[in-house]
Amino acid sequence: MTLVASAAPQTTSSQGRRLPDRLDKPFRSALLSWEMLLVLIVVAIFVVNSFASPYFLDPWSLSDLSFNFTEKGLIALAMALLIISGEIDLSVAAIMALGSTLMGMAAEAGIATPGLVAIGIGTGLACGAFNGVLVTKLGLPSIVVTIGTMSLFRGLAFIILGDQAYKNYPADFAFFGQGYVAWVFSFELVLFVVAALVFWFLLHRTNFGRRVFTIGNNPIAAQFSGVRVERIKFVLFCLTGLMAGIASVLITSRLGSTRPSIAQGYELEVITMAVLGGVSILGGSGSILGVVLAAVIMGLVTFGLGLLNVPGIVMSIVIGVLLISVIALPILWNRYGPRKAF
Amino acid sequence: MSASLFRQREFWLALAVLLLIALVSARFPGFANPGNLAQIFNDTSLLTMLALGQMVVILTRSIDLSVASNLCFTGMVVAMLNANYPAVPVPALIVVALGVGLVLGVVNGFFVWRLNIPSIVVTLGTLTIYRGATFVLSGGAWVNADRMSPDFIAFQRQLLLGVPVLSWVALLTILLFFLFLTRTPQGRSLYAIGVNPTAAVYTGIDVGRTKFMAFCISGLVSGLCGYLWISRYVIASVEVANGYELNVIAACVIGGVSIAGGIGSVLGTVLGALFLGVIANALPVINVSPFWQMAISGSAIILAVVLNARGERKTGRIILKKAEAL
Amino acid sequence: MNAQASISAAAPAVADPAPRLVLDGIAKSFPGVRALKSVGLKLYPGQVTALIGENGAGKSTLVKILTGIYQPDAGTISVGGEAVTLGSAHRAFELGITAIHQETVLFDELSVAENIFLGHAPRNRWGMLDWRQMRARAREVLGRMHAGHLDPDTRLKDLGIANKHLVAVARALSIDASVVIMDEPTAALSAKEIEELYELIELLKAQGKTILFISHKFDEIYRIADRYTVFRDGEMVGEGVLAGTPQSTIVRMMVGRAVDQIFPERTPRLGAPVLSVQGLSHPTEFEDIGFELHQGEILGFYGLVGAGRSEVMQALFGTTPTSGGTITLEGKRLTPRSAAEAIEAGIVYVPEERGRQGIVADMPIFKNVSLPSLKRTSRSGVLQLKNEFDLARTYTERLDLRAASLSQNAGNLSGGNQQKVVIAKWLATKPKVIILDEPTKGIDIGSKAAVHAFMAELVAEGLAVIMVSSEIPEVMGMSDRVVVMREGRMVKTFTREECSAESLVQTAAGIAA
Repeated sequence: MTLVASAAPQTTSSQGRRLPDRLDKPFRSALLSWEMLLVLIVVAIFVVNSFASPYFLDPWSLSDLSFNFTEKGLIALAMALLIISGEIDLSVAAIMALGSTLMGMAAEAGIATPGLVAIGIGTGLACGAFNGVLVTKLGLPSIVVTIGTMSLFRGLAFIILGDQAYKNYPADFAFFGQGYVAWVFSFELVLFVVAALVFWFLLHRTNFGRRVFTIGNNPIAAQFSGVRVERIKFVLFCLTGLMAGIASVLITSRLGSTRPSIAQGYELEVITMAVLGGVSILGGSGSILGVVLAAVIMGLVTFGLGLLNVPGIVMSIVIGVLLISVIALPILWNRYGPRKAF
Repeated sequence: MSASLFRQREFWLALAVLLLIALVSARFPGFANPGNLAQIFNDTSLLTMLALGQMVVILTRSIDLSVASNLCFTGMVVAMLNANYPAVPVPALIVVALGVGLVLGVVNGFFVWRLNIPSIVVTLGTLTIYRGATFVLSGGAWVNADRMSPDFIAFQRQLLLGVPVLSWVALLTILLFFLFLTRTPQGRSLYAIGVNPTAAVYTGIDVGRTKFMAFCISGLVSGLCGYLWISRYVIASVEVANGYELNVIAACVIGGVSIAGGIGSVLGTVLGALFLGVIANALPVINVSPFWQMAISGSAIILAVVLNARGERKTGRIILKKAEAL
Repeated sequence: MNAQASISAAAPAVADPAPRLVLDGIAKSFPGVRALKSVGLKLYPGQVTALIGENGAGKSTLVKILTGIYQPDAGTISVGGEAVTLGSAHRAFELGITAIHQETVLFDELSVAENIFLGHAPRNRWGMLDWRQMRARAREVLGRMHAGHLDPDTRLKDLGIANKHLVAVARALSIDASVVIMDEPTAALSAKEIEELYELIELLKAQGKTILFISHKFDEIYRIADRYTVFRDGEMVGEGVLAGTPQSTIVRMMVGRAVDQIFPERTPRLGAPVLSVQGLSHPTEFEDIGFELHQGEILGFYGLVGAGRSEVMQALFGTTPTSGGTITLEGKRLTPRSAAEAIEAGIVYVPEERGRQGIVADMPIFKNVSLPSLKRTSRSGVLQLKNEFDLARTYTERLDLRAASLSQNAGNLSGGNQQKVVIAKWLATKPKVIILDEPTKGIDIGSKAAVHAFMAELVAEGLAVIMVSSEIPEVMGMSDRVVVMREGRMVKTFTREECSAESLVQTAAGIAA
C-alpha cells in the first residue's frame, strides 16, 4: 500500500548490526524450568510409592489412579488459559453439579444417552457463556461474579433435587466414566490425553494462545494492538464451562448417581492444579505441560496415600503443603540459596 | 448532606433489608416483631463477625479463603480441650480460641508478607491444610453435646439485659471494628494500601506489615467464631462450616466491599450479612424450601456486584463546557 | 529560545546560607545497573534547586533515597548539619523531607483532609484520630495557600488534577517539611495551573523551605529555580547558580556534548488526501472536529493538556466511541468500533502512555512487534516463529533499536527504545495513517532526535502522520500544519508559515491575540 513496507528490507541489509533471535540456549532454560521441577517431583513420588506398596506399579492400579485426576484435570486445562488471561472461574464445580442434575432429570424423563451427553455439555457451555457475559459485557471482576454464579448454579441444583438423588441412568451411559478404550486405558484417561494435546497446541502454537498470554500480561496494550480482548475472554469462559460440562458427564457416568453436593470443592482443586502447574495467578504465564504434570502429581499423591490407607482429608494437607511450598521454595532459594556457602 | 445520603451504598442496602422485612411481615406480621428481629441478629452474629474480619483483608487487596477452616480447627481444639479437661473455665477457652485463630492467621500473613505469595494461593493452600489438620487432631472423631460441659454450651446463650451473650459479642465486635477502622492510624492505613499501595509506601506505611496485620485480625475473629460456632451448634467435626468462607465473602460483596481493595465500611458489611440473615430466616416463614437459600444468595451477590460496579464507575474528566452543565 | 527570555526575568541575587541537606558520595546499584555512582548534592534553605538530567541519569533513584524508599550502598546524608540515616519512608518523613510526585502519592477514595494528614493525623487523648481537628487544620493549611475553596470532606476522586496537586502541596505544608522534593510537578498541569504552582513555590521559598525541583523543561527551570545540579549516567557532572548560566552549558553537561535541538530539514511534498474527518463529536469530550490529512504530511495537534486531543485520536483509532460525524479513509467511510477495525483499515496509534497502552513489558520484543501482524506471520492461525523474527528484525533494525536480542523483554529497554518497539510494531502492519501521541515524552534527547528523523523519513515515503504534542518546539519543528484545540473544539489551523510560539500558546489558552 505505502512505500514504507517496500523500502524496509533494503534499509535493513545496509545496516551492519544484526539483532540475534535469542541469546540463551533453549535446552539450558528448559532444564531449569518449573516443568523440570514438577517432573522430578513426579519421579520422586513414583519411586517412593513403588517402594511403599508392591501394588503401585501394577498397570491396573496405575489405570485406576488416573480416575483421581482426569475430571479435574480436564477443567484445569481450560482454567489454565482463563487464569493466564487474568480471569478466574470459581463456579466450575457448581456447573458440574447443575449439569449432572439436569442430566439426571432428563434421564428420569427417559432421554437416551446421546441426549444426556448433549444436555451435560450444553449446560456447561451455557453456564460458561453466562459467566462470560457478566464479566466481559458488564465489566465485572470475575472472582466475585463466579462466587455468585457458583452459589446460583449449585443453588439451582439444590432447588431441583433438594435432599433427593437421581440414580436411573441408562446402562450404556456408564461407558464414559467406567469404560475402557483399550486394555487399561480408560475412556477418561484417553479423553484427558487428547484434550491436553489440543489445549497444548491451542495455547502454545496458535495466534489465539499468543493473544491469551498478551491479554494476561497487559490487557490495555493488547486492546490497543488490535487484540479483541473481550471476545477472547468470553471464548475462554465458554471453553471453561464446556470442559466443566464434559467433566459433569464423566463424573455422573462414573458415580451413576447425582446429588446436588456432587463435586463439592472441586473448584479449589482445579485451581490448585493450575497454580501448582506453574500458571501465575496474576496472569500472563503458564504452560499446559505444567498443568498436566500437576494433575498427575495430585493424582499420584492421592492414590499413593490411599494405598497406605491414609484417609482423603489428610491427603488434602499434602496437596495444600505442596501448593504453598512449590511456590515458596523457589522464592526462598533465590533469597537465601546462592549466597550461602556450604 | 441529604443529597449525599442517597449516594451512599449503605442507605440503599439498609432500605433493601427493611423492604425485605416489610414484604415478609406483610403476610406474616409476627416476622417484624422485635423479638424475632433480635433473633435474626443473633442468628447472623457469626456471619457478621467473620465478614468484618474478611472485610479488613479484602480492603488490602487480599482475600482470606481459610476462615472457615480456621474456625473448624479452632473449634475442634477448644471442643477437645473442654471434653478432656472440663475444669478449664470458659474465659480460658476463649483465650485459647483467640490464640489458636491468631496463630493460623499469622501463618497466612507470614507467607503473604515475607514471601510475597498472592493471598489467594496461600489461603487456598491453608484452607485444605487447616481442615486436614482438624482431622489429624481429632482422628476423624466427633465431639458432640454430651461430651461438652454445660458452661461451654450455656455461655453464649446467657441473657444479659434480655439479649444473649452471642449478640453482645457481635455488637462489641462491630463497635471495635468501627473504632479501629475509622479512628486509628492502623485502620486508615488498611484503606490507604488498598486505594494506592505505591502512595502508601511514600506515606511511610509498610504495605507488607499492614497486610500481615489484616490476616492476624481475620485469624483472631475466625478463632473466636470457632468457639462460638461449636458451642452454638454443639458439634465439632471435620465438616464444620465447610465452604462457609464463600458465604462470608458474599456478605462482604453484598455489603459493598470492593474486591479491588480500599472500599468498604463496617455498616455496609453488617448490613450485607443481615441481608443474607433475613433471607435465611424468612424462607421457612414464607414456606419456601430452605434449598432455595443458596440460589437466592448467589443471585444477590451477582446483583450486588452489578450495582457496586455502577456506583464505582469513574466519572471521567469532562472537557466540553456544555456537557459539564448537564 | 524562550529560555533566554526567562533568564532575564528571573534572576534573584542568591546569597549562600548553610546548606540544609547535603548528600556526599551516594552510590546505589541494582542487579546489572549502577544507578548512582558516588553523587553529591547540596540543597539550600529558601532556594529552589533544579535537578536536571536525561532519563536514566539517576534522578528518580535519588528521590527514592531521599524519601527513604531505597537505602544507598555507600555515602552520607546530613540534614541541618547532622549525619542521618533515612532508613524508612517514615524516618525521612520525621526529618521533614517530603516528595510531591505527579499523581502517585494520593488516595482517590479518601477525603482531602485525610490525604493531607495520613501518617501524621492529629490524635485525641485516647490516641484515636481526631477528625474534627483534622478537618480544621486541613482548612487552615489550604487557606494558607489560597486554596480555601477546597472542602476537606470532598473525596479526592471528585477533584481535578490541578486541585489534587494543591492537596499534595498542602500535605507537604502540613507536616511542616523543611525539604520539599517536586518530581516533575507540572507534567499534567495547564499553563494557568502551572502559574499557580509557581506562586506556591514562591510562598514556600519565602517560608525558608528547601526545594528540589525536578523537570525536563528548561523554561520552567529558568523561571523558578535558583540553582541547578546536573546528573549524567549516575554521576553529578555540574552544579551552580542558575542566573548567568546559559542553557547550552547545561545541555552540554546533560548529554556530554553540545547539542542544539535541531529538527530534520525536509521539503514537504503533499500527495492526495488520505484521511478526511467531518463533524466528529463525542457526548462529553469533543465536538465538531473536521480536518483533512494528505499523503506525506505531518499534521500537528497542539493544545493544553485536557483539550481533548488524545480523545479525538482514540476515536479515530476505535477505542473511544463517537456520537456523530464521519471518518473517510481513502474515499471509504470508516466507523471503527475497536482498535482491531482501525488497524485493519490502516490507522495506527502510538499512545502517550507507553507502559500501559504501548508495550507488553513482560513479553519479548519480537512478540510485541508481531502482535498486530499475527494474521500475516502465521499460517492458518498457527504461529510461525521464523516469520515473526524476520518481521521484527526488519522493522526494529530500521529504527536502530538497541537491544541484546529480539527475545529480550520489552520492559527491560530504555524509554526511547520502547518507543522504537511500538513504532516498529505499527510499521509492520503497513499502515496508511500513523498517529503519534506525545511521541517523545519522557525519552532522552538522543532518542528524541532519532524519532524525529524517522518521522521525516516516513512522510518522505508517503505515509500520512498525525502528531499530538504539547512541546512547542516539537510542534513547530515537525508539523506542516498545526491544529489547535481548546476545550474539546478545534480553534484554529495554522500553516507552517503562520505558526509562531506566541500565536499557538495564545490560541490554545483562549487569549485573544
